[in-house]
Amino acid sequence: MSGLALQNITKQFGTFTAVKNVSLTVPHGTFVCLLGPSGCGKTTLMRMIAGLDLPTEGAIKLDDADITRVPTHKRDLGMVFQSLALFPHLTVGENIAYSLRIRGVGKEDQKKRVDELLSMIHLSGYADRPVAKLSGGQRQRVAIARALAISPKLFLLDEPLSALDAKLREAMQVELRQLQQRLGITTIVVTHDQREAMTMADTVVVMNSGEIRQAAAPVEIYRRPADTFVADFIGMTNLFDFTADSAGRTNALGSSIEGLQVPGGLSKGVLSVRPEDVHLTAPGHGAIAGRVTFVRDLGGTIETFVEAGGKQIVAVSMPHARPDVTVGQDVGIKLSPDACVVLKS
Amino acid sequence: MNVFLQRVYLGLVGLFLLLPLMVVAGVSVNEKQTLAFPPQGFSLSWYGEIFANPEWRNALLASITLAAVSAALALAIALPLAWFLWRRHAPWANVFQLLGIAPFTLPPVITALGLLTFWATTGFYGQPWTAAISHAIFFVTLPLVTLSLGFSSIDRSLVEAAATMGADDRTIFRTVVLPLILPYLVSGYAFAFVLSLNEYIVAYMTVGFTMETLPIKIFNALRYGYTPTMASVTILFVAIAALIFSLVARFGDLPKLLGAMSNNDK
Amino acid sequence: MRREAPQKLSDYGPLLFPAGMLIVFFVIPFATMIAVSFFKRDPAGFYSTAFVFDNYARFLSLFFGKVLGFSLFLAIAVAICCVLLAVPFTYLLSRSSRRTQVVWLVGLLSVLSLSEVIIGFAWSTLFSRTAGITNLLVAIGLMSQPVALNPSFGAVLTAMVYQALPYTVLVLYPALVRLDPTLTEAARTLGASPITSFFTVVVPALRNTIMATLIMVFIFALGSYLLPQILGRPQHWTLSVLITDQAIYQSNMPFAAAMAVFLVLVTLGLVGLTLLAGRKGEAA
Repeated sequence: MSGLALQNITKQFGTFTAVKNVSLTVPHGTFVCLLGPSGCGKTTLMRMIAGLDLPTEGAIKLDDADITRVPTHKRDLGMVFQSLALFPHLTVGENIAYSLRIRGVGKEDQKKRVDELLSMIHLSGYADRPVAKLSGGQRQRVAIARALAISPKLFLLDEPLSALDAKLREAMQVELRQLQQRLGITTIVVTHDQREAMTMADTVVVMNSGEIRQAAAPVEIYRRPADTFVADFIGMTNLFDFTADSAGRTNALGSSIEGLQVPGGLSKGVLSVRPEDVHLTAPGHGAIAGRVTFVRDLGGTIETFVEAGGKQIVAVSMPHARPDVTVGQDVGIKLSPDACVVLKS
Repeated sequence: MNVFLQRVYLGLVGLFLLLPLMVVAGVSVNEKQTLAFPPQGFSLSWYGEIFANPEWRNALLASITLAAVSAALALAIALPLAWFLWRRHAPWANVFQLLGIAPFTLPPVITALGLLTFWATTGFYGQPWTAAISHAIFFVTLPLVTLSLGFSSIDRSLVEAAATMGADDRTIFRTVVLPLILPYLVSGYAFAFVLSLNEYIVAYMTVGFTMETLPIKIFNALRYGYTPTMASVTILFVAIAALIFSLVARFGDLPKLLGAMSNNDK
Repeated sequence: MRREAPQKLSDYGPLLFPAGMLIVFFVIPFATMIAVSFFKRDPAGFYSTAFVFDNYARFLSLFFGKVLGFSLFLAIAVAICCVLLAVPFTYLLSRSSRRTQVVWLVGLLSVLSLSEVIIGFAWSTLFSRTAGITNLLVAIGLMSQPVALNPSFGAVLTAMVYQALPYTVLVLYPALVRLDPTLTEAARTLGASPITSFFTVVVPALRNTIMATLIMVFIFALGSYLLPQILGRPQHWTLSVLITDQAIYQSNMPFAAAMAVFLVLVTLGLVGLTLLAGRKGEAA
């Protein structure tokens, strides 16, 4: 199979296990985001793919060749570091040409490739500038161009956009995704920013405590989270316990949920409902009873906090569908069965 | 493979640094008064000699007294200066920082000769206390550098916080600044003490004919006749230095003192 | 806390003692030395007041030129050897664990604090016929009989490198330990082997530090006064040795002072030149 394959990778630092038995395949040309809270092992996993750390157990294969023990400099990859790690003693052009120079590429060819890459990142004519004179976004692009100079088989980015301000970061996410699609290069990005992952990735890999919790397309991760951690980590959600009788009828937040059937044999669990799927109505008529505790009007969206069955439930609505409620008012909550994700507790 | 080569390189440098000391340690346990290596016989009597022989004992006492007094004096000069430079905005006062660093940076013979001409001109040449002042000036650089580093690592808002709680400048210094600066104070003293203990040329030029510190005594012995006591004293001094620096490392952050970022920043 | 300019006279209080001490016992002695360099030698005492250039005129001799030339040559040789040894060493040190670093630093500081007398004694023992390193070579059969390796130029150079190496490492240490480790990692992901990345990233990125270290070690080595005496022949004596010799044994303080002033000027001049060259190189 062409692409990257991680097989049962474990990494221990002393007694601490940073990555636990992780397996993952990344088909050629896909864009994968490793997403998780800090300390979840995503950076360690990437460093092992790059060869900067060696796995304690397991194998890494690239296009079916075992590269587990191949030293970093022989892996022909491109990597963008969180610190960017641009060489301060070299100019923009020299930074980009570094991997070509190391490989003994001729001066003329180096220059041609640098010009090509500079025009790709919209920095034509910057070759002779010192890197210290660039803005944050420009440095970012130079680091990307440098990593792509040899047209690597694998493009790795470790929190590449974390140093940029919010606006620039969003723009760069789009740019990076478009670039990757144009080049068709297998790309792995480490990030803790779920918006970033949702924007760019073909596959989002959610990690926690050194393990992969779910690896799937962004919409799938959002709509069908595999467990409570993923549901809670990706976007806003309402998590609450439910019980079910032998016929599969469910009861949660002190009322039964009409139309929701859970798989047979499951007597209790957790439901995840996205705030945009929570609909507020008048009390009664079979709706779950609740009382409004707070209204946050953000202009673009309105969040209504409702206390129901001892839990706090959040409903998000658009301005045109603004619910006509005030704090202290009794309301009803309608949950469509399609919107409820049933999870094990 | 590469790790192996790195270890070999570090090991060779370590060997280079240790080799002379190992030979001297070997020589120091010779049984007879001969300069021989590998040692012939084994005896610790040359270590006893340092304390038994009044000449060596006096030299040792003179060195330790000189080091203790001059390091204290160096600290007394460096502390108010470093504090002033940290507390006040007075660019011209940096000239004193420069003056404090110059004696240690210039070739030592120049500082030594300057002090020699000075003591000779003022008529105090040969007085033991002149050596203490000379060493204090020569080594003031060390506490000055550690204290400047220490002050720069104090969060200035701590001083403001103390002031909002009613502390005046003097109280702030005593209750906030001094406790925070203490590790740097101690290590500055330790550095000056150890280097003063080992210093030869300044001591020699200022009081060389009236007082024998241990380095002067060793040099004279080297010139006028060998004795294994030189070797045992050498080892004793290395051990003292290693002990003091280990204590500094034990109770302070040695890499940070020498310019690395603090452990917590990593 | 805002750093305020001193408001009242009493704000200057803390400066009083340090400034006084440094002026009285460093600035004035330095000035005295400059003044004495123009005085005349008095065979009966130290010197007599005068204003003559005789002491400086004595430099213009072949002998003095040779000594100066040798001093500079020796200091440069020591500086180059130390930097060549210390840059890779300090780099490896700065990449090792904090605990390992502490052990090495304690050792380096201990060696650094060793008196020149002790270093001289240790190396003269190591180079001696009866207790020296050649005994080891005889023992393993590489030599037929032990020989004395000093006095010689090699002995002086070795001992001076020994003396200056810990200093060199400690001067390089802050810059190397603060060097962003991802720079070399980046070089490795771009295809550079560890050795290539050391020479194409670490060394060039620290060019200015290495230049400054060369100068500092050069000045440090210029100050060596005992090792050339203990381990060398008279032709290996440096300016520092001559200054001590004139001041103490020949009781010619004016001439010693003139040489010292000259040494300061040469030192500062060379440092200035190097800095200037460095700045030009950077601008280019």
